Amino acid sequence: MRLEARGGVSRFALVAAPFAAVAFTLVVSGLFVAWAGAPLGRTYALIFEGGFGSRFAWSETLTRATPLILTGLAAAVAFRAHFYNIGAEGQLYAGALAAVAVGGLADGSGWASSPALLFPAMIAAAMAAGALLLLMPALLRTRLHVDEVVTTLLLNFIVLLFVSMMLEGPMKDPAAMGWPQSVALTDGLQLAKLIPRTRLHTGLLWGLALAGLLWAVLRYTTFGFAVRAVGANARAAAFAGVPVTRTTIAVALLSGALAGLAGAIEVAGRTAYVTLDMSPGYGYSGIVIAMLAGLNPLGVVAAAIFVAGVLVGADSMSRGVAVPTYIAEVIVAISLLSMLVATAFARYRLRWN
Amino acid sequence: MDPRAPVLRLTGITKRFGPLTANDAISLELAHGEVLALLGENGAGKSTLVSILFGHYVPDEGTIEAFGRPLPPGDPAAALAAGIGMVHQHFALADNLSVLDNVMLGTEPLWRPKSRRAEARARLVATAQRFGLAVDPDARVAALSVGERQRVEILKALTRDARVLILDEPTAVLTPQESESLFATLERLVAEGLSLIFISHKLPEVLRVSDRIAVLRAGKLVATRATESADRGALAHLMVGRDVPAPVARPHTAGSVVCAIEGVTVANALTSVSLALRAGEIAAIAGVSGNGQQALAEILCGLRAPDAGRVTVAGRALPADARAWIAAGVARIPDDRHAVGLIGDLPLWENAIAEHYRTRFARRGIVRRRAARRFAREVVGRFDVRAGGGVDTPARALSGGNMQKLILGRALAGEAAGGTAPPLIVANQPTWGLDIGAVAFVHQQLLDACARGAAVLLISDDLDEIFALADRIAVIHGGRLTPARPAADWDLPAIGLAMAGASA
Amino acid sequence: MAGDILAMLVNADFWVAVLRIATPLILGTLGVLLCERAGVLNLGIEGVMVAGALTGWLTVYLGASLWTGVLAAAATGAAIGLLHAVLTVPLALSQHVSGLAITLFATSVSYYAYRVSFPAVSTPPTIEPFAEMAWLPIPVLAKQTPMTLAALLAVPAIAWVLYRTPVGLAVRAVGENPAAAEGQGLNVIAIRTGAIVAGSALMGVAGAFLTLSAFNAFFFNMVNGRGWICVALVVFASWRPGKALAGALLFAFFDAMQLRLQQGGGEGVPYQVYLMLPYALSILALVLVARRAAYPQALMKRYVRGER
Repeated sequence: MRLEARGGVSRFALVAAPFAAVAFTLVVSGLFVAWAGAPLGRTYALIFEGGFGSRFAWSETLTRATPLILTGLAAAVAFRAHFYNIGAEGQLYAGALAAVAVGGLADGSGWASSPALLFPAMIAAAMAAGALLLLMPALLRTRLHVDEVVTTLLLNFIVLLFVSMMLEGPMKDPAAMGWPQSVALTDGLQLAKLIPRTRLHTGLLWGLALAGLLWAVLRYTTFGFAVRAVGANARAAAFAGVPVTRTTIAVALLSGALAGLAGAIEVAGRTAYVTLDMSPGYGYSGIVIAMLAGLNPLGVVAAAIFVAGVLVGADSMSRGVAVPTYIAEVIVAISLLSMLVATAFARYRLRWN
Repeated sequence: MDPRAPVLRLTGITKRFGPLTANDAISLELAHGEVLALLGENGAGKSTLVSILFGHYVPDEGTIEAFGRPLPPGDPAAALAAGIGMVHQHFALADNLSVLDNVMLGTEPLWRPKSRRAEARARLVATAQRFGLAVDPDARVAALSVGERQRVEILKALTRDARVLILDEPTAVLTPQESESLFATLERLVAEGLSLIFISHKLPEVLRVSDRIAVLRAGKLVATRATESADRGALAHLMVGRDVPAPVARPHTAGSVVCAIEGVTVANALTSVSLALRAGEIAAIAGVSGNGQQALAEILCGLRAPDAGRVTVAGRALPADARAWIAAGVARIPDDRHAVGLIGDLPLWENAIAEHYRTRFARRGIVRRRAARRFAREVVGRFDVRAGGGVDTPARALSGGNMQKLILGRALAGEAAGGTAPPLIVANQPTWGLDIGAVAFVHQQLLDACARGAAVLLISDDLDEIFALADRIAVIHGGRLTPARPAADWDLPAIGLAMAGASA
Repeated sequence: MAGDILAMLVNADFWVAVLRIATPLILGTLGVLLCERAGVLNLGIEGVMVAGALTGWLTVYLGASLWTGVLAAAATGAAIGLLHAVLTVPLALSQHVSGLAITLFATSVSYYAYRVSFPAVSTPPTIEPFAEMAWLPIPVLAKQTPMTLAALLAVPAIAWVLYRTPVGLAVRAVGENPAAAEGQGLNVIAIRTGAIVAGSALMGVAGAFLTLSAFNAFFFNMVNGRGWICVALVVFASWRPGKALAGALLFAFFDAMQLRLQQGGGEGVPYQVYLMLPYALSILALVLVARRAAYPQALMKRYVRGER
């Protein structure tokens, strides 16, 4: 058995690959559903209805997709430059914490009392916190060749403990009856609702705009060229005069800022305050979404909506049939694996001899 | 077994890579005790043929028999078991393991609970003695010289009782003197009853070592000749398929110094290297690869700074920053097209502007795509880059020759669209692995640029190339550079001695 | 304060804790080491440990013996390792991406399986875990379970295999230069696959230690980054089994110390600071060895036959 590169990557194969992957995912996930003893068709129907079947379902899915778009973009842009930022989860919490730290000044006087001034400061603080968190792994990678995967993974645990320390200590809301949570943002600092009487907020527009912006940056700008060149072949990029180290660090800062922004948008748009369970792994899901999207920023939007729909749908499905909600993560994981295999087969073929 | 029976018989071997037919119905026999030379230019299909023979590739058609028995395709283990050994052009050695580890690898049953190292060591030492190939079994391969590594490669095959040895371009990395000593070893192997396949594109050495010559061209076996009765000119004609143009003698008119290399030192690579490059002159650095060429080329491409000494271009010392060198108009041709020259995943047009993506082809941070594509089309036209899908073709889809033309075009057409040449060209192994047509094209481009006033530095381990192009030649060995002397002052023995480190 | 630390160091219980904390790290680090020596990064370890913890425990819960549980965990690890091997070796996908996908897959399937098996339990069901080896006349070791002994014995065993046997040489060779191994007639794909499968089996057992020895039940998030720590420890250990043991013990020493200090209630220091220490130490370890890390030459480099 051996692998042979196809003469060229056929467009048909590249388009067909995702469909084949989805079909395979449905079949394999079906085995897991069957194992739980639930009727397969009904389970899938309930997931689909819960995720995409109504106006309410869509609003919930898009609400859930909002932070996922941002963490997905964070991963996509970093992976494009071959910088494996696995720390979006920590950066998201750092951003959320920074947002509340600055936004919490709203009780104060002077400039801090004006939402028009405080809101940009809050967003900037969140993005700076996420970016700074990734600065150390980026420097360790560029200066000492320390693999950023492990450092960013480990930093996630450190940040979560730090957040826990803050929420039980200096940043604890005294009015929260002992629960470890931060003070809430004032109404003036919260994002407006996109559709009344749903949880969907204008953060979605931020995500969509940034996805479009990032797509254009990667495609049309000199910075985008540098990112793609460094990611595809850093040695050749350096030879041609692309500043590899500076590009890597810039990408890291951008990636961290996007993940930090995800935290701020979650706080300002949905939760209003920081808790230790505000993110059910949005950072990690962002990585999956980026990979499902083939690292294309526009694809990230679609992949984020898919993943959010499955998560929301599974939540609502589990109220109807006895299938644990973890089926959502199983479906996402299998779709990622089958997507990887499908793209491999679009580029290579197996020969048996 | 009948001693006159062939030890190897290849019948109708065909191998296609996509649209390219690398081997087209090749049938060939190797007699007992014979040295068969496979002669052909780069890309003729020699390496593909022996890779099939050794089981690295599976042929699309055809069969192989070794010692009268069919050899299963695509199975190096079977080839080894049948007594076929291979000395790869790029040595197949693990650098961080010892010589003994490399030799023992794969020779024992995998699940034996304890390696029999003492036995294997005794066997290695005995074989080394028998064939006069001294090596230290405990040395780490990384610490060995190129010649010693080749000895390890040969010993790997001999300790496995190879009866047929394939040598793929074995002299490409050797000095002329080391080549002589290799030829002596080969004679000894034949005397011990081995049969050899010797692959080369160099006529003189093929005539020197072989009994019979098989000429390959464009994947086809075009002739086999007994070496005794072979005619040099006829072989060259067979190999290339047309008459080889003689190098044109060129009046030598060196101008002022464009680039001065003064006392450049890099720890463990270069020791006080000095050289002046003049306008309108090709200066060449000859030497076996791995003697400091890499560090020198990196300095002259703006990729690293010397630990001591300095380099000036047009009187100005440039920082170790590729952009400064590009801005100064230095045309740079790296030795590794795939890993350093081009970004395979990006389209041809983005590769064409990669050196100028922030200067000539950008406005306020946006890449000027239309101008960039126009420039790329111009390079493709002027330098005859053949790409199936035009300037949107990913660079990795280009053939080696077309990659090199693209790199050349990018470097030479950089600032100088109007027919002027860049002030300085740094060409590191510019024709490595190219077929003869592409080699001629690259050489012509360098000569033309030189005639228009460029100073050219040619770093090459191909002496034919150096003698064909250079006005002055310096030799590098162990990080030290001899003074550059006019090409006419060098002859092959002198240059060989200098390459081996004898003081010139 | 210094006196407290001294008292802690002479206390046998402290060293018992060190060895207990070290055990899954030893097993996991050896597993990563095997994969990486063959040239393949395995970020699937975190998920493999979760899956091993679950299957090992579930096997025993369903009535099998403890050692059968260990075997089940090893088999689970091997099966997941095979998946990673197929994706990264013959299909030559990115080892980073495949490993992360495997972790996600193994973790989610384990949690799903646990919930399917126990739809509604408020307190996690328990088993009778491995007992201490009271029969052993060695002070600290007598307080450990046989799994710790097995982990300790695995260190010289793996060192022997790597440095003294033909298959070990083959594994090291495919991690240094796969073309050299193929040129000597070895099947690179088979050897890499085998190393990943074997290494992942060890990771599975590392996970099972948590449910069969350290605790007696399966909890969500119980692996909690231990797998990632093993990946860091292998770099720290320069890919050598002996140093991997030393690294795991050193790490466990600091972890046990922070637990003691935490219980001792260092005034004014939040407990989270202590909990951060293991992760911070892992990063520090990576930084300390960064300059002299001698990576296997072919680590993370895909190998497709006939492709240069």
